[in-house]
Amino acid sequence: MSTLPPISNSGLLRWAWRQLTSMKTALILLFLLALASIPGSLLPQRGIDPIKVRAYITENPTWGPILDRLGFFDGYSSPWFSAVYLLLFVSLIGCVLPRVGVHYRAMRSAPPPAPRMLQRMAGTRSLEVTGSTDEVLLTAQASLRAARWRVVTGPQEDPSWVAAEKGYLRETGNLIFHLSLLVVLVSIAVGGLFGWKGNVIVREGSGFSNTLTQYDAWGGGRFVNAENLAPFSFTLDKFTADFERGTVQRGAPRAFEAEVSFRPDPSAAVQHALIEVNEPLVIDGAKVFLVGHGYAPRIKVTDKTGAVVFDDAVPFLPQDGNFTSTGVVKIPDSTPALGIQGLFLPTAALDAVRGPHSIFPSPDDPALFMSAWKGDLGLDSGTPQSVYRLVTDKMEQIGLEQLKPGESWTLPDGSGTVRFEGYERWASFQIAADPGKEFALFAAAAAILGLMMSLFIRRRRVWVKVLERDGVTVVQLAGIMRTSTFEDDDIGVLAEDLDLVEHALAAAGLVRAEAPPEEES
Amino acid sequence: MNPESLAQLSNMAIYSSMLTLAMAMVAFAASFANGQRRSALVVAQESTMSAGGTAVLTKQKSKPTEEPGRRAANIGLSLTWLAFILLLAGVVLRGIWAGRAPWGNMYEFSITAALGILGVYLFMNLRVDLRWLGLFIVIPVLLTLGMAVTVLYTEAAQLVPALKSYWLVIHVLAAIICSGAFTLAAATAGLSLIRDRAERKLPPGTSPTGPLSSRIPDAERLRTITNRVLAFAFPLWTFAVVAGAIWAENAWGRYWGWDPKETWAFITWVVYAAYLHARSTAGWRKNKASWIALAGWVVFLINYFGVNFLASSLHSYAGVSS
Repeated sequence: MSTLPPISNSGLLRWAWRQLTSMKTALILLFLLALASIPGSLLPQRGIDPIKVRAYITENPTWGPILDRLGFFDGYSSPWFSAVYLLLFVSLIGCVLPRVGVHYRAMRSAPPPAPRMLQRMAGTRSLEVTGSTDEVLLTAQASLRAARWRVVTGPQEDPSWVAAEKGYLRETGNLIFHLSLLVVLVSIAVGGLFGWKGNVIVREGSGFSNTLTQYDAWGGGRFVNAENLAPFSFTLDKFTADFERGTVQRGAPRAFEAEVSFRPDPSAAVQHALIEVNEPLVIDGAKVFLVGHGYAPRIKVTDKTGAVVFDDAVPFLPQDGNFTSTGVVKIPDSTPALGIQGLFLPTAALDAVRGPHSIFPSPDDPALFMSAWKGDLGLDSGTPQSVYRLVTDKMEQIGLEQLKPGESWTLPDGSGTVRFEGYERWASFQIAADPGKEFALFAAAAAILGLMMSLFIRRRRVWVKVLERDGVTVVQLAGIMRTSTFEDDDIGVLAEDLDLVEHALAAAGLVRAEAPPEEES
Repeated sequence: MNPESLAQLSNMAIYSSMLTLAMAMVAFAASFANGQRRSALVVAQESTMSAGGTAVLTKQKSKPTEEPGRRAANIGLSLTWLAFILLLAGVVLRGIWAGRAPWGNMYEFSITAALGILGVYLFMNLRVDLRWLGLFIVIPVLLTLGMAVTVLYTEAAQLVPALKSYWLVIHVLAAIICSGAFTLAAATAGLSLIRDRAERKLPPGTSPTGPLSSRIPDAERLRTITNRVLAFAFPLWTFAVVAGAIWAENAWGRYWGWDPKETWAFITWVVYAAYLHARSTAGWRKNKASWIALAGWVVFLINYFGVNFLASSLHSYAGVSS
């Protein structure tokens, strides 16, 4: 920065404001923004994968907590990231808002009169003309006006020139672009405050209604009334998944389809819809996206008296691309309380290195590997537990077994029987409402439009001046670019502008000959 | 025609294109080595234009006389056109073979990106004479294709569900054209730095004599070309990012999620935005701006290769590991 800060307080403030809104500062803030975006793409992020973050901190006991404290695992909502983009936007406002006023006045003010020495300007040309000054200037004016130039004529006392300007939309586009970025930012904030999203796993044949308690995970903005969500509901009638069976990319997903029946509200008629990966279902301002799927083995457990203590399909979570899935069953109602850790394999394989795993995501040869436990499930301790994890601290392992569908396992200690009845599929949905997204899209479209205007439109001025030279009437044409940088093909644009006037004069039969360039006196 | 022969035809077209490009590279290199200097007339014309002073507005009618090396450059250009057509055929055949837009994995992205670089160069060349740039375009294209056929090659397969959308065509097409423009701008920005260094060592008004810097336009002209190309590419890149956001909203339920690919696309955008700002900041519009243009290209490459190979991203459907 070239100037030193002044001593007085108000002067210091004004100095700080000028620095902040200068182009150089904007440049530096842009670099900082790029730099501040990098860590979030290299380190795991809570917003994307909280489990990975926890694993990272555990694996790096020294640096993990420090990075955590510095906000590196919430990189895009950390104080340093927010500081950079907020400063950038303040700088943007400070730079752009005054320019709106300046541009408004510029658009209303007349182009300045012709300079005295037109022949010194780039691309100037002179023509000998036959008609009167009025005729020439009126023809020139008409041609410029027809091409949508802003035109002014000389005053009464010196009516010998016409000045015209074009390309005001360059600055307009520039301002639209920058202001649109502000609207995008505001739209993101609106989405954050008024939007919500939740995730839920729904088994085939089961239903879901849009209330907070039904979600597996839910998050909403500060101004969302979570008690009063749109009252829609749906049932997952059928879920189908296809996988590549050829040798190339074997096992890669090819199609997921969830057939659902839904009601926009409890009194409405049932409608049917098909939800696919790129085809969300829109109900009442919320969108239902198909984001995942998996298997839910149906398990039936009887205790030693023969009473059924558990009979349900339990969603297991896929661990790899071939849907090796893990899950647990907790049966607090049997005596003693039982717990089962399970591994569901849609296409089972067993080898010495990897142990039991699945080799294809479709259920070609399903199997369930189990480890049964008895003792205290820890459900009464008051500590919240994951439904996908068995806390075995106070439990004792009874045995291990693998079952095919329809097979049973009598627990070795005689405490009951476990039967693997079969499996169901489940689909996981993300349900989201973002009231800011339409604004964001609109603003983004405006930003692109404004950007193109500001990059492709060229602001320039043209003068037409009539003068007498050695008894001959001569018209001089000249122009300048009014962009900050003059580039070599700009001269072509100016030449076309001057051609426009010249051709109009020639068409009106006013041009006699090309005049020799005037000698500078 | 059976699918196997389609696949073979596609591969053959791409190998032929590479061979043609290799010959084009030799031709362009020969035109450099042939001791030709840019004719005094062309140099004078360009320098007066970029100075913004008095210049002749009528089109230059007198063509410079046949220079040594010009023929080699013309051969190089013709071969580049041939390579472009062969590569286009290879990409189209690949699409027909796969029965979809040929943008399902890194191999397909790369051959199309190579096509994009050639396409932007040849299109620009129709408007401005860019034969001197040929060598610096053909080399990265050959590298891209070489990497595609050796490291990245995958048999065509169906798309994963997330890619089954018409946004694939819109989003990827815009990004690929940008890859061509960014590469071209990086080449001209890099050359402008070399030329600028040579110019600064000399008294004003004289032309450099170095083997490279004497055969490329003056630095200001190179900067102008860089600026023009990036002024075209920046709105298109903005569009590509926005189109990606619309698609992401439709497929994943949010339009922006700081996925590594999104993040680096954003960083690319920010760096090129900085370039455009630098171009209208006093003291930044020359070499600093050129360095920023080069940095933008590096960031773009990180996004293209790095994210697919290193980061765990929703965009990792490159088909590389399989």
